[in-house]
Amino acid sequence: MTLPEGVSRRRVDDRERLATRGEPVYGEPTDGPWRLWDAGRSKLGAMLELGLDTGLTGGEGVLYLGAASGTTVSHVADFAGPTYAVEFAPRPARDLVDVAASRPNLFPLLKDARRPETYAHVVESDLDVLIQDVATRGQARVAARNRRFLASDGRLLAAIKARSEDVTREPTAVFEDVLATLRDRYEILATARLDRYHDDHLAVVARPLAE
Amino acid sequence: MGVYTRDMTDESTASAWFRDVTPSDADAARDAIDDGGAADPADWPARAVASGFAADEAAYYDRLHEATVTATRAAVRERERADDQQLIHCIRAMDDAERTANELAERVAEWAGALFDDADTGVAGARSVAERDAETAAERRAVSLAERVVDMADEADDLRAYIERAAPAVTPNLCRMAGPVLAARLIALAGGLDTLAKKPSGTVQVLGAEDALFAHLSGRAPSPKHGVIYTHDYVRNTRPADRGSAARALAGKLTIAARIDHYAGDLRPSLHEELDDRIATIRARADQ
Repeated sequence: MTLPEGVSRRRVDDRERLATRGEPVYGEPTDGPWRLWDAGRSKLGAMLELGLDTGLTGGEGVLYLGAASGTTVSHVADFAGPTYAVEFAPRPARDLVDVAASRPNLFPLLKDARRPETYAHVVESDLDVLIQDVATRGQARVAARNRRFLASDGRLLAAIKARSEDVTREPTAVFEDVLATLRDRYEILATARLDRYHDDHLAVVARPLAE
Repeated sequence: MGVYTRDMTDESTASAWFRDVTPSDADAARDAIDDGGAADPADWPARAVASGFAADEAAYYDRLHEATVTATRAAVRERERADDQQLIHCIRAMDDAERTANELAERVAEWAGALFDDADTGVAGARSVAERDAETAAERRAVSLAERVVDMADEADDLRAYIERAAPAVTPNLCRMAGPVLAARLIALAGGLDTLAKKPSGTVQVLGAEDALFAHLSGRAPSPKHGVIYTHDYVRNTRPADRGSAARALAGKLTIAARIDHYAGDLRPSLHEELDDRIATIRARADQ
C-alpha cells in the first residue's frame, strides 16, 4: 500500500509518523515543512497508518462530511485537490473556517450532512472521494444520500462509529447492520477495525454501485 | 456573450450558488450559499466558466474559497450569537466559576489553617481570610489567593444574576416552570432551545443522568427517574415513592414549555396551572 502523493512518513521522536505539508493548525509537531498527522486524532490518519487500501493518490476532488474543527480535513487539503468540508455544529465550524482561510483549495460549509440538497448548489459533481466521519445515527443513510457527489469510479472512505448508532449493542452487530444498508448503494471493498486508535470504529472503503 | 450562451447558461446554472451573484458581491454570495439548494450537484466549475462568472477554473475556485469562508464565518457567528447559545456559555461559566472557587477555597482553608488560628472552610472561610492583614510574605500569598477566591465566587454570583435576568426573554415558559437556572441548564444539556424543543419528554426527564441511563441501557442498573430536573421543588420535595410520577409529569410539561418557547414564544399560564394541579394530585397520594 502506498501513501498518497503529498503524505510522507517522517521519523520524529524515534517513531515513524505520517505527515503532510501545510500551515500548522492545531499545535501539531512539525519537521521542516512537514507537520505530523496524528492517527490517534484522525480516523483517516488511522486508516493510512493501518495500511488500508484507500485508493488515495493525491490531488483528488474530495467531499468531507463531519469536518469538525478541521484537524483531519486540513491534512486532506494539504495533499488533495478541491476539498469541500461540511460541518453542522457552529462551535467546531468556527475553527474549521480558520483552518480553511489559509488553504485556497478548502471550502468550509455549515450544513447538515443528512441534507445534501442544501449544499448540492455549491459542491461539484463527479468527485473522486467521499470521506465521512459523522457522529449521528443513520451513518449508512448519510453515505447513501451523498453518493450523488461521487464519480462512478470514486471512493467512499467512512469511519463508522458504533456508539452513534446504538450505545447498548455490540459494535460488531451494529457494523453488520450499517454495512448491510451501505450495500444498497455501494460495493464494500475493504473494512478494518480502528480500535488501536479509535474505540468502536469501523473503517470502510467502498465504491458506488451503478445507479 | 451571445444569445446561445445565455440560453445555455439559464438552464445549466439554474440552481448554482453563483447564478445571481456578481463576483464582487460578498453579501449576495453569502445568501446564496446559506439559503440556496439543488436536487443534484453539477460540474459547477465548468458551468461557472461557461456562464462567465469566472475566467477559468482556478479563478472559480478562488471565488468559491472566498465566498465559502466568508459565508460560513458569518453563519457561524450568527448561530453562536443566538441568545440560547449565550445562556449555554453563561451557565457553563457559572458552574466552572463555582467549582473553581470551591476548590481553591479548600486550598485556602488548608493554608490559612496553618497560618491563622480561626480559619473557616469554604468560600465563607476564604472571605474572612481575604480581609485579614497579612504580616509575613507567606501570609500575603495566602490572603492574596483568598482574594482571588472571593473574586471568582462573586463572578459566579454575577453570572447567575445575568442568567436570571436574561433567560426569561429567551424562554419565558420554561423559566416560569423551572426557574431561570434550571431552564438554562436544560438548554445547555440539549445543546440549544431548538434541540430541546425536539426532544421527547422521556429524554428531558433524564437529561443530566446520562451515566445512569447508559448503565441502565446496558442492563447494569434500574432506569433513572430524573436527571437535573431533580433540583426542581416538584421532584425533590415529593416523597420518594411518588418522585418518578412527579418527574414524569414535570418533564412532560417542560417539554411542552420548551416547544411553545421555541415555536411560539408567548407565555401560557394555563400550562403552568395544569402542572400545579397534576403535582397536587400526585402529592395527595401521600395523604391516603
